[in-house]
Amino acid sequence: MPRALFEKTGSAIYLSHLDLMRLFQRAFKRAGLPLTHTQGFNPRPSVSIALPLSLGVESRCELLDFALETDEFSPEQIRDRLNAALVEGVRVLSVYDSGRKIRELCYLDCALTLEYDAGVPAKAAERIDALFSQENVTVEKKGKNGVTEQNIIPMIRSLTVSEDADSLELHARVCCQNPTLNPVLLGTAIIKYLPELTPDFIRCRRVEIYDTKETIFR
Amino acid sequence: MTERKQRILPTVQKPARYTGGEWGEVKKNKADVRVRVVFCFPDTYEIGMSNLGMRILYGVMNSMEGVWCERVFAPWGDMEQAMRKNGLPLWALESQDPVKDFDMIAFTIGYEMAYSNILNMLSLAGVPLHAADRKGLKNMVFAGGVCAFNPEPLTDFVDFFSLGEGEDITVEILSLYDKAKAGNWSKEAFLHEAAKIPGVYVPSFYRHEYNPDGTLAAIVPLEGAPKKVTKRIVENLDSAYFPTNMIVPSTEIVHDRANLEVFRGCIRGCRFCQAGFSCRPVRKKSPEVLYRQAVETLGVSGNNEMTISSLSTSDYRGLPELMDMLLPYCAENRIHLSVPSLRADNFSRDLMEKLQASGRKSSLTFAPEAGTQRLRDVINKNLTEEEILTTCANAFSGGWNSVKLYFMLGLPTETDEDVLGIAELVYKVIQTWKERAVNKKRGLRVHVATAYFVPKPHTPFQWEQQITPKEYLRRCQLLKSHFYSKSIEYDYHAPDLSRLEAVFARGDRRLGPVIEQAVKNGARLDGWDEYFDYSKWQDAFRACGIDEDFYTVRGYGEEEILPWDTIDVGVTKKFLKRERKRAYEGKVTPDCRHGCAGCGAERLAKEVGCDA
Repeated sequence: MPRALFEKTGSAIYLSHLDLMRLFQRAFKRAGLPLTHTQGFNPRPSVSIALPLSLGVESRCELLDFALETDEFSPEQIRDRLNAALVEGVRVLSVYDSGRKIRELCYLDCALTLEYDAGVPAKAAERIDALFSQENVTVEKKGKNGVTEQNIIPMIRSLTVSEDADSLELHARVCCQNPTLNPVLLGTAIIKYLPELTPDFIRCRRVEIYDTKETIFR
Repeated sequence: MTERKQRILPTVQKPARYTGGEWGEVKKNKADVRVRVVFCFPDTYEIGMSNLGMRILYGVMNSMEGVWCERVFAPWGDMEQAMRKNGLPLWALESQDPVKDFDMIAFTIGYEMAYSNILNMLSLAGVPLHAADRKGLKNMVFAGGVCAFNPEPLTDFVDFFSLGEGEDITVEILSLYDKAKAGNWSKEAFLHEAAKIPGVYVPSFYRHEYNPDGTLAAIVPLEGAPKKVTKRIVENLDSAYFPTNMIVPSTEIVHDRANLEVFRGCIRGCRFCQAGFSCRPVRKKSPEVLYRQAVETLGVSGNNEMTISSLSTSDYRGLPELMDMLLPYCAENRIHLSVPSLRADNFSRDLMEKLQASGRKSSLTFAPEAGTQRLRDVINKNLTEEEILTTCANAFSGGWNSVKLYFMLGLPTETDEDVLGIAELVYKVIQTWKERAVNKKRGLRVHVATAYFVPKPHTPFQWEQQITPKEYLRRCQLLKSHFYSKSIEYDYHAPDLSRLEAVFARGDRRLGPVIEQAVKNGARLDGWDEYFDYSKWQDAFRACGIDEDFYTVRGYGEEEILPWDTIDVGVTKKFLKRERKRAYEGKVTPDCRHGCAGCGAERLAKEVGCDA
């Protein structure tokens, strides 16, 4: 099954997972690339996107699996046709046959920019470092069974904080499947445990994805 | 640092409604643009983007050299709050520029309960609400849509109205504005010239005088304005502008599909229906043109769903021919085709079966509107009990197990017998199911809904009384007490909204302050249960010393000057009076194909004639 690596940036970060699925289905149609359909009473075009991205998070490493009814197009043709039919902010970087299963995905790198309009508070980086060095940092997680408390520390593989003039850059490698840590929760933890370090705004990005051996996953 | 707007977006529901950037959106280089128009839809993005008229006019305006038309919708409550808190003025989606920077601010108004949104959007934009307070050409506010057929409640706020179909008149208005802007005209000079364009109504050129009893004493045209302004129509729909490269929303909207309009106008003449009279005369598109536009639209948009639209699709003569072309195309390209507004005739039944074979099962919906044949004759709804029961029988034996039935309460001459006739009809439907259903295991569901009759301008019922809310609720309860079966699900609309709708549908200029006060009280998004609060409106009526009953339960006299008398939609007052008389005599008027009833609208179609 062919796979597309794509990015989601700009105003496209406000599209939900379902919006994005619909967007791709229509883009394939506009691009003259016929998708195969699922069997059953309500046939649906076969597209699936790995690891749904939270609303407002940008990414340069999204994966889309799809199946075409024809093999007359080269991967480059598919990429170019799709890009000509997609909206601003959603761009296919490459199309290839992966052969690897999405379930092999294990970790991802994320980056959070914590913006402080009045300048970064004193010793902020050290205090955040210290927070995530603890063994138990719990945040509320909304799931199917309501809100649950979740200790996020075991799901953080590594974390670094660096300081700019009026922002902090937080880079982390976290679990992204079984269990999953939504990177946005790193910011939630800071606001919960270090309320005096509550930023004016947090920008969140998904940077790279890895398999169990921490090699880049494609 | 991330800018303010980007910081707000992640905090509100469905932020993609506010970003623009969809497939098919039109962006232009500001250096090449002389006239910037912002097209405002006074409801949410999901509703507005489903509106075919808006999409057509967006295309029309953007096809003009030197003109750039952008879109803006009413923000949801959470976004409005964030905008006000952060001092962020309302912006247009394409350029993200503030609405107050635009030359022209256009509204399309299809529903009276959007009036509060119009004022609220102007307020969010930081544009003066009153037309009189906007000096100069900048921020010229104009409006069109069905509500422009009685625009009087909005005349304090809107500079001029564009009546009828907008394909041609909008180009004429914008061209005049272009000239006015280049020539540095005054606002007065522009309005003076605009009033000469057929279909443009400038309310400040008319003085309304009242009698001591509150009725209109006179409408006096000033500055040489015409006594009557006649709505515009597009005569030849085949050659009319039709945008096949429509915007494809990136986020889900209410009607998320391509839309193929097959004809305009209606031959039926249901006496309560505003669209049925005000959209006349009947003009069709040819099946060949429709097929070409359908294929092009589907290809350009990538939609996998399309709907056929019109006021009564079974009355489209070219339907068999169009379906012969469309059905195979849709099957081959996996397009789900829906054909709503079908009547219960043989061809439609066959078509329903074919459509069902190609996709999802459509719902079975009837709008008999009244429970007895007597009252259906009064309202001229040519749907008989036999037709309903035959169609139900066929559907039930074909596996359908649910049906929706829509009625109105408070129709002229309605008695308790008519109300109970609804219950009787519903029981006959249940009986038919018992006799004909092939699979009874899943049971039957009959969804019955009653609406509160709202008399509308330009219909034979434009003079009628609206019954009191108390009487309406009594009739709802009476009906409810006669529904015993568990299969019946009965919904009735709360009366408040329909009462307000009636006030503004037949309202006059004295209602402007009421709308303004209600918006000050916090009224907005009145079409939404989450926001509608009748008390805000009641307080406004009280503060302005206006009695809602004057516009509702009073009824209007046939000799009275009506607030919308300046506006000519084609059908004559003489015809409407004749139809009203026939209603009271219980006489039906055959549809236009079985004999022209002489409504008067045919005089608007000078080249093509009425296609009834």
